[in-house]
Amino acid sequence: MPEAPLQRRPRKTFDWSTVSIAVAVAVSAVVVYRRDGSERFFEIFTSDFELFVSILPKVLAACLIAAFVAVLMPREVVLRWVGAESGFMGIVIATLAGAICPGGPITIFPVAAAFVAIGADTGATVAFITSWTLLGYARVLVWELPFFGGEFVIWRIVIALPLPIVAGIAARMMVSLVARRRRNEAGG
Amino acid sequence: MIVLVDGLLWAIALALGIIAARRSRLLLRDSVREGVIDCARLIPRIMLGVVGSGYIAALLPEEVVGRWLGADSGLTGLCIAVIGGAFTPGGPVIGFSVGAAALKGGAGTPQVIAYTIAWALFAVQRLFIWELPVMPERVVWLRVVASLPLPFLAAAAAMLLGRP
Repeated sequence: MPEAPLQRRPRKTFDWSTVSIAVAVAVSAVVVYRRDGSERFFEIFTSDFELFVSILPKVLAACLIAAFVAVLMPREVVLRWVGAESGFMGIVIATLAGAICPGGPITIFPVAAAFVAIGADTGATVAFITSWTLLGYARVLVWELPFFGGEFVIWRIVIALPLPIVAGIAARMMVSLVARRRRNEAGG
Repeated sequence: MIVLVDGLLWAIALALGIIAARRSRLLLRDSVREGVIDCARLIPRIMLGVVGSGYIAALLPEEVVGRWLGADSGLTGLCIAVIGGAFTPGGPVIGFSVGAAALKGGAGTPQVIAYTIAWALFAVQRLFIWELPVMPERVVWLRVVASLPLPFLAAAAAMLLGRP
């Protein structure tokens, strides 16, 4: 089977979603400056700027991983494991993958987008992202544990375990519902 | 811990890079270029998201959020927890510290679980800064709609199982 050319999404540097966040940030920054004074304003800036600098290498690593995955991952493997025909197992596999995937949102979205581009099913992708957000160990170890303590965290994770699968199945059902409606509209 | 996660990320990137290089030099060069361009395009957003969100977070009244999530707040409290979680700005520090403060301040466990799960799933700012620019839009909205019931399911499970 000849492979279809890789679908790369054209990315705009600036778009409406970024603009709306920019407006919210600008308004908040002005309010902070006027309410709390310039000292607080610059204090927030420096501490967050350090965070920004520390994040940059991660972003680069994630973008490189995504670019490599897009060209190296055999398409038939992706289709078989997490494609549209992968069934319940595909959602389970995506859930496991999301739970062990390292890194934050910076990493996960480019990688998930790379998998979508090479044929991963929407339901599996939703399960993957949901699993990463709710079960990802990096976030749990670095952030949640110090804030909440072991008991609450274990409790929360046990409760969250089935949720990525629920979301994946729900997404798949919605996709087929939309497809059926489209077909009916086209047929009727 | 953060160092470990960073190291793992770079180890994966390096391993994939070696595999790509063994296939062909051209493949390696093209992929690296693609990755670097993507990264450069994300930088203004990261700048905005990380540096800017501190200001949004500074305006967030943490005590008020905690009070809303009280143990007696029932279904209303649950809905507030979900909406509050979705609109909590900033990085993980803010979401988790609001949740932890609420828990210490007497908020109900189901509400706090719903709050942290809603925040993890829908944080509006993350959605706009990361997800929408990078993912196909259709997948993003499908994910949001498909996950809408999850915080409520989690809270229901927490209520059924009793508190830790």
